[in-house]
Amino acid sequence: MTINSLDPRITRAEIPVDNESTWTPLPDMDQHETYEVFHQEKRGDQPTHVGALHAPNPEMALVFAKEQYARRSRCVSIWVVRTRDIHTIGVEDSDVFETTPAKDYREARGYRVGGKLTEFKRRRAASNE
Amino acid sequence: MSNDAAVKDLLFRMADDDLIIAHRNSEWTGLGPIMEEDIAFSSIAQDKLGHSLALYTLLQGLGEAEPDTTAFTRDEAQFRCCHLVEYPIGGYDFSLMRHFLFDMADMLRFEMLESSSFEPLAKLAAKVRGEIKYHVFHAATWVEQLGAKGNEESHARMQSSLNQVYPLALGIFEPSQYEAELAAAGIFAGEAALQEKWAAAVAPILERSNLRIPSVADPSPAYGGRRGYHTEHLQPMLTEMTEVFRIDPTASW
Repeated sequence: MTINSLDPRITRAEIPVDNESTWTPLPDMDQHETYEVFHQEKRGDQPTHVGALHAPNPEMALVFAKEQYARRSRCVSIWVVRTRDIHTIGVEDSDVFETTPAKDYREARGYRVGGKLTEFKRRRAASNE
Repeated sequence: MSNDAAVKDLLFRMADDDLIIAHRNSEWTGLGPIMEEDIAFSSIAQDKLGHSLALYTLLQGLGEAEPDTTAFTRDEAQFRCCHLVEYPIGGYDFSLMRHFLFDMADMLRFEMLESSSFEPLAKLAAKVRGEIKYHVFHAATWVEQLGAKGNEESHARMQSSLNQVYPLALGIFEPSQYEAELAAAGIFAGEAALQEKWAAAVAPILERSNLRIPSVADPSPAYGGRRGYHTEHLQPMLTEMTEVFRIDPTASW
């Protein structure tokens, strides 16, 4: 007794009907590692992280990345990086990015230049007339 | 145009090759070795289907029926595909080796056609260049991977597939009765010229992959497809492929 499927490919494969059998997991070394994929939408853009995939090595990762991540959107270039080659400060340490409120002079928003810029543009426009 | 019969013959060969290999390769959809490869190989099959549609559309411009009718209502003897594309998918080694040898020829043929005097075909050739370049990149990377960077089993399987597929691949270049006419009109330089380019292109990649090209004793292997003589595999495939279409040929999809 084999599986009789609507899909002729399955029927052709003559797979025995056997509800008792279970899957044997692959040994660890048969699992490919993951690669992170970055794409560039147009020349000069920063590469943007778009996702990850499984591959045995960088060459195959590039082959797979093209169809996984550049099939349906604009793309001119792809980078792949082994996930384990990316070093991170994780969210568990996100408190290192916090600063005390009194030190806003260290942040871009601490400088109020809007008014000066408007005045500069007004003067330049006046001198050009 | 006086070269109509010759151009049609060329277009039918190319369109039928693309349609049949597209269908064969799509038989892997959902059954591929890993998800990433399933997506890539299925997508390549879709590209091939698109190329066959574009070629059948050129044929329609030369007075043939509209593409669906041409693709789905002819019987075996009216097809001009080579035997290589007709074979069942076999194991993944067989399908990859066929994909490699076929797509290298496909890429080089379209490259030659970019300067064809038959302008619609030259335009199409320029349009599909990028897609086919990826097909060859995909195929060559796999062949080298399993031939030279895999293990003993993967190498042995690729070599035995190459032994089986190589003589079939030579059938791609079965000469037609129009060779001289196509060359004289600047439409296509011919199957022999293409075969020479192809042999020079596949050899270094196979060598890098530690695979040996088998010596082919029979000088005319796997010929016949271009004249409508096919393997026993084509008609059952056509029957399966057109099963849904034939339920209601006038339905719009």
